[in-house]
Amino acid sequence: MLDVRSVTKRFGGLVAVSDVSLTVPEGSITGLIGPNGAGKTTLFTLISGFQVPTAGEVLFRGEDITGRAPERLAVMGIARTFQIVQPFAGLSVAENIAVGAYLRHAGRAEAMARAEAVAAMVGLADLDRPASSLTVAGRKRLELARALATEPQLLLLDEVLAGLNPSEIRDIIPVIRAIRDAGVTILMIEHVMQAVMSLCEHVHVLANGRLIAAGTPAEVVGNPAVVEAYLGHGAAGRLQKGAANG
Amino acid sequence: MFRSYPPQIVLEAVLNGLLTGAVYALVALGLTLVYGVLHIINFAHGAMLTLAMFAVLVVHLGLGLDPYLAILPLTPLFFGIGYAMQRFVISPASRNDDGAILLVTLGLSIVLENLLLAIFRSDTRSLTLDYSFSVVDLGFALLSLPRVIGFGVAILVAAALWAILALTDTGKAIRAVAREKLGASLVGIDVNHIYAVTFGLGAATLAVAACLLMPSFYVNPRVGNAFVLVAFTVVVLGGMGSIPGALVGGLFIGVVESLCGLYLGESLGQIGIFLIFILVLLFRPTGLFGAKA
Amino acid sequence: MKAYRSLLVVIAALAALPLAVPLLVGAGLFAGPNTFYNLMIFILIITLAAQGWNIAGGYGGQFSFGHAAFFGTGAYVQAVLQTRYGVNAWVALPLAALLGGLVGAAIGTLAFRARLRGSYFALVTLAFAEVFRILANATPITGGAAGTLVPLKIGLGQMQFASSTTFFYLALTFVAAVLLLNRALERSRFGAWLVAVRENEDAARALGVDTLKVKLKAITLSAAITAVAGALYTQKFLYIDANIAYGAWISVEALLAPIVGGIGTVLGPFIGAVALIGLGEAAKTAIHAVFGSAVPGVDLVVYGVLLIVVIAFAPRGLLGLFGKFDLFARFGIFGKRGGR
Repeated sequence: MLDVRSVTKRFGGLVAVSDVSLTVPEGSITGLIGPNGAGKTTLFTLISGFQVPTAGEVLFRGEDITGRAPERLAVMGIARTFQIVQPFAGLSVAENIAVGAYLRHAGRAEAMARAEAVAAMVGLADLDRPASSLTVAGRKRLELARALATEPQLLLLDEVLAGLNPSEIRDIIPVIRAIRDAGVTILMIEHVMQAVMSLCEHVHVLANGRLIAAGTPAEVVGNPAVVEAYLGHGAAGRLQKGAANG
Repeated sequence: MFRSYPPQIVLEAVLNGLLTGAVYALVALGLTLVYGVLHIINFAHGAMLTLAMFAVLVVHLGLGLDPYLAILPLTPLFFGIGYAMQRFVISPASRNDDGAILLVTLGLSIVLENLLLAIFRSDTRSLTLDYSFSVVDLGFALLSLPRVIGFGVAILVAAALWAILALTDTGKAIRAVAREKLGASLVGIDVNHIYAVTFGLGAATLAVAACLLMPSFYVNPRVGNAFVLVAFTVVVLGGMGSIPGALVGGLFIGVVESLCGLYLGESLGQIGIFLIFILVLLFRPTGLFGAKA
Repeated sequence: MKAYRSLLVVIAALAALPLAVPLLVGAGLFAGPNTFYNLMIFILIITLAAQGWNIAGGYGGQFSFGHAAFFGTGAYVQAVLQTRYGVNAWVALPLAALLGGLVGAAIGTLAFRARLRGSYFALVTLAFAEVFRILANATPITGGAAGTLVPLKIGLGQMQFASSTTFFYLALTFVAAVLLLNRALERSRFGAWLVAVRENEDAARALGVDTLKVKLKAITLSAAITAVAGALYTQKFLYIDANIAYGAWISVEALLAPIVGGIGTVLGPFIGAVALIGLGEAAKTAIHAVFGSAVPGVDLVVYGVLLIVVIAFAPRGLLGLFGKFDLFARFGIFGKRGGR
């Protein structure tokens, strides 16, 4: 569904994303992991049209969408969430979701009805209160709901689980699975490995702007290059030695 | 449409433009300094200039103090006023929110301007001094003495401001806050104090500018408006926050205004400034002289 | 209809105001009925200008410091079309709105395409208004510095009325129409998108909102409404010059009223205009009583102080202050900020 082909992004002398290629098959939940500063969020901004790649191309259903504006991508069926969630402060929870729903439903009644349906799906209740009164977990669900309300085919999730406690994470994992089961393809940046292991069929690992590994979560976790990227040079060897000794 | 003038008149217009431009630069210095450090636009800048000009008028009429000597008491006084204004009005009222700062300084400018209007009424006043109409004869051009003095002192003040920022501890603290507010506060710099000092310095430059302007200019409660828009233009042109930019921008705008006045007439002369302002904002918001955004 | 009921109550109350005039005059609050009506008409014209500002500034978060550009365009179109081209006042009015809207669209296109926001947008709008003021002061078609005088010809066809009550109702009709339009806007897709743009442009774009288009629509509508206020000003006072039409005073009033009343709310501009102009008049009267003569600028000092005080202590304006006590909210008279 999504093809990223040799995408590179430079900021002055800094190469944030270097020659990254990856594919997200239709109907999958694909993970994008990597240490902090690896370029994951930059790659997201390139795919979602907030920035234009220095080189390479992005294809959605075979169509070249490189550098196309985010609002046009949303119309095509690509939605994204943001790592730092910011509800529209002046609006109620329902109206926040309706901002997304208006994309495909011009009338207020239909948009609000759609917003309610989406809210139920992500487990948000009490929709008339101001969005600014939501807890962190509530804001994460709202972020998810707003994006879903645009009725996307591809959903890009940027750390929706960050900042949640283990029980909140446990609650939201089935929601993400249900979204996929409803026919939405998902590409997610995630740090919470427990969630990646249980949700993703396929994982890409980014370090220093480069793709260093790809495969099933189990394969990737066992990959020495990945362990080194996370824990530092030589870590994989030490871990293996430790495992052999222990 | 364009009349052609003999080169001498054009040259004189350019020189006069440079003289006016130096004072514009001085007015713009305070604005750009505050922008560079606090990242806010001080809308009360023009009204504070008006206040300073009335202060010059009052100390001259009341105490018989020569405007140039008035620099000595008024500069520290206005430093204090600027410091207090930021510390006790702008900062607490706006909670350091950008939009709120813009509106609070707008409110301050309305209050100041109209208090002056209530006290001094809308009459335009000027000082009569022995040297008001003295001229300097360069051989090829006649220049007004007060404006030549104004030019010289303005350049000196710009250099002094630069020296304060570059050489003193407070100056270093100001530059640290301008670059990295959080980091500066972590190493123990009192950011609110530095903000207020910056504001005070901005107001102090206005006091000097007022003293330099009064011998050759007039004052009324609205006079600051004319300068502040020019100062905004200078600041935008020179790059927001850049002191050399403000100096070059001020001189440039002075010349543009002078030439526009010569060719388009007084009433349309100002349009050149605003058009430059709009064009720069629209197409080169980082300024013509390459300052970083 | 429920969403509009409270507004209709407010409008009905305003329409019934003339009934209270004998009482107000009797109580010594106003010198005579005409003093009252002139003040009310002025408040309504400022309200209309402020309602325009509130759409781009309040709902959309695009703080213009130069709404005089639109007010003045409306005022001059209304005056010049009548005096120079013999156009009927009722025909001139929609043209004034149209041209005001076009000026808004043009300034908006330039400013928003250049991605100006916040202080930069405020400054560029201010500069445009100044350019217009200087041009209007220097070009013959506007009457130059002498201004334009619309000849006094009382008659319904001329939109000039012998009784100021009639003009009060005319101005009220426009204000009421914009109140209802505003409520409809709050409940529309455009309104939701506009607030989303104010709160977070990137998040809005990710949800498919074409932020440039939304902002352009907002500034165009905003400008057109403020231009109607200018046109009404011309009809009421029958004289304008560059410093009235394009002067900074109207830019300030248009932005002050919604901020003081309640930014991004339907009734904020009206509440703010009443508070500002009411307090200003009260201050003038008080000073006159103390000093025995009028002192210029007193009302504006009050405006400035009020602006600072509101920002410091009631960032959501007077309406937000009332909302704290839940008094008006309970009766649903005043909508909440941006919502509903």
